[in-house]
Amino acid sequence: MNNETVATNTRQSRTIGRDLIGIGAIIAAAVVGYLLFPDNLALLTRIIAIALLVLSLDLVTGYCGVATLGHAALFGSGAYAAGIAAAHYGITNPLLMTIAGILGGAIAGLICGVIILRAHGLPQLVLSISLIYLFHEFANKASSWTGGSDGLSGISPDLLFGVYEFDLWGQTAYIFGVVLLLTVFVLLRFLVRSPFGMLCRGIKEDPLRIMAMGASPKIALIKMYVISGAVAGVGGALNAISTQVVGLDSLSFTQSAEALVMLVLGGTGSLFGALMGTVVFMLFEDYVSAANPFHWLTMVGVLLIAVVLFAPKGLYGTAAGFIARRLEKRI
Amino acid sequence: MSAVFDVLNLKKAFSGLTVTNDVSLSMAPGDRVALIGPNGAGKTTFVNLVTGNLRPDSGEVRLNGETVTKFDAIGRVRRGLVRSFQVTRLFQEMTPAEHVALAILQRDGRAGKMFGNFLSMPDVMDEASVLLATLGLRDLMHRKVSEIAYGQQRLLEIAMALALKPKVLLLDEPAAGVPQSDTGRIEQALADLPADLAVLMIEHDMDLVFRFAKRVIVLAAGTIIFDGSPADVTKDAAVREAYLGSYANASHAA
Ligand SMILES: Nc1ncnc2c1ncn2[C@@H]1O[C@H](COP(=O)(O)OP(=O)(O)O)[C@@H](O)[C@H]1O
Ligand SMILES: [Mg+2]
Repeated sequence: MNNETVATNTRQSRTIGRDLIGIGAIIAAAVVGYLLFPDNLALLTRIIAIALLVLSLDLVTGYCGVATLGHAALFGSGAYAAGIAAAHYGITNPLLMTIAGILGGAIAGLICGVIILRAHGLPQLVLSISLIYLFHEFANKASSWTGGSDGLSGISPDLLFGVYEFDLWGQTAYIFGVVLLLTVFVLLRFLVRSPFGMLCRGIKEDPLRIMAMGASPKIALIKMYVISGAVAGVGGALNAISTQVVGLDSLSFTQSAEALVMLVLGGTGSLFGALMGTVVFMLFEDYVSAANPFHWLTMVGVLLIAVVLFAPKGLYGTAAGFIARRLEKRI
Repeated sequence: MSAVFDVLNLKKAFSGLTVTNDVSLSMAPGDRVALIGPNGAGKTTFVNLVTGNLRPDSGEVRLNGETVTKFDAIGRVRRGLVRSFQVTRLFQEMTPAEHVALAILQRDGRAGKMFGNFLSMPDVMDEASVLLATLGLRDLMHRKVSEIAYGQQRLLEIAMALALKPKVLLLDEPAAGVPQSDTGRIEQALADLPADLAVLMIEHDMDLVFRFAKRVIVLAAGTIIFDGSPADVTKDAAVREAYLGSYANASHAA
């Protein structure tokens, strides 16, 4: 029994250690980003917003095995919810706008989840694509609410806590984004380790086995979709608050597909992988598209093929595996 | 003792081929029944019909007198009807502790909890390690399933089923695929099953059947051709015929 307790305790402290490393890594990356790109905080804030989308995608794809090419529906709904709250209802408190984004994303998650989870495999993928087109078209047609193809403008968030202005330099938005990301990251670390997270991992591997334990995979997955929507909604709201416009591109197939590419690049089924994939992809995109605007997509394609062929677990998965093997050897 | 488990006139055909033909049986708490029969007799199909993984064409299943045929597979598990699988279905990246903890949490309606790690839930961990200890899996409880031997994986299947505290347990060939040297451990686990649990075991190893079962049911071509004591089953002419016929045709074991 004692040995057992010791083993359990070391396991627990190891996971807590990894949490702290994760938080430290995010803060360090945020500081380095701030020092390296002080004039381009808008890009960094956008990376954070997209990272929230990719984390959200990881919850349903990486942890639950749901195939989707329509995940920006959740992100865009969050962005529009925050934007519409500000532009049409005068809810300009950034925290309330974030909550509006969470609700918008969660509701979109519920709708998408209920529909997408009716199918499996390829039909599921097709459903998700149909959904993102429907969401996109709906936002386009409801132009009195959304601004249609011109985008939704007239979003002017209040000072954060009545003190910090969301100004042109984007410092407030950036720090606000970093804090949101850290909060979401910590909550998700709890979630993926919880009984519910374990249940979802089981569903991904063998839903029939989960049913033989008396649990309903369907209900668990819909719950996860709602949570995923809330996370994507935070990202959408952050984007609306920081850029003060919401465009149809936030609700697009392209954005959905790019999010999936980032997730695969970083490695599915791990929160670190989702973060790493987003940062690498978006910095690469920014750098290469500036250096060579004509061939940057080709280069992104080549990078992705290289990762899929030589590091099929993604950048993070491969790196983590490599380090774990090195550590084992030393012991 | 009154029946905990009744099957009444169960029928199932796959595109014209009758695989379960008017099967009825009844079990009381504590029963140890072996379901045997030649390869392709319809044993696994019978289990699938009973658990709700397949829908019967007609017939009923009752648990404690309550008709459960109207419930889906999940509803039947929650009412105490639990099965294991002929080929283990475990989560390769998870540990035995996680498997059993998940089953315990699910049984208690706590598997949807979004906070807290099961490692820090002493009640769950204590119950899991006691259960795993009785099956000789305690030392492996934090290993990944993909790293443990197949015989141990079969024991873990039994542990998961037991963690759900079933009233009726259906074991589909619990020793299938296990090397001869390891079947002793499984036989021990079967002998240690809770005394009040009704157990129906499908098994090919006749030694195991004779040591485990107090009652043997023989299924052939979807029909029960024998239901009686282990001592009588080998003497039964119809049973012999069914086995001889099938062994003449069968090219591989089920
Ligand atoms: N889903 C199915 N569709 C069609 N035929 C099936 C299906 N499942 C089982 N069968 C057939 O039913 C018969 C009984 O199979 P099964 O129940 O697996 O037998 P056992 O477990 O006794 O070996 C076999 O002839 C098998 O081919
Ligand atoms: Mg079978």
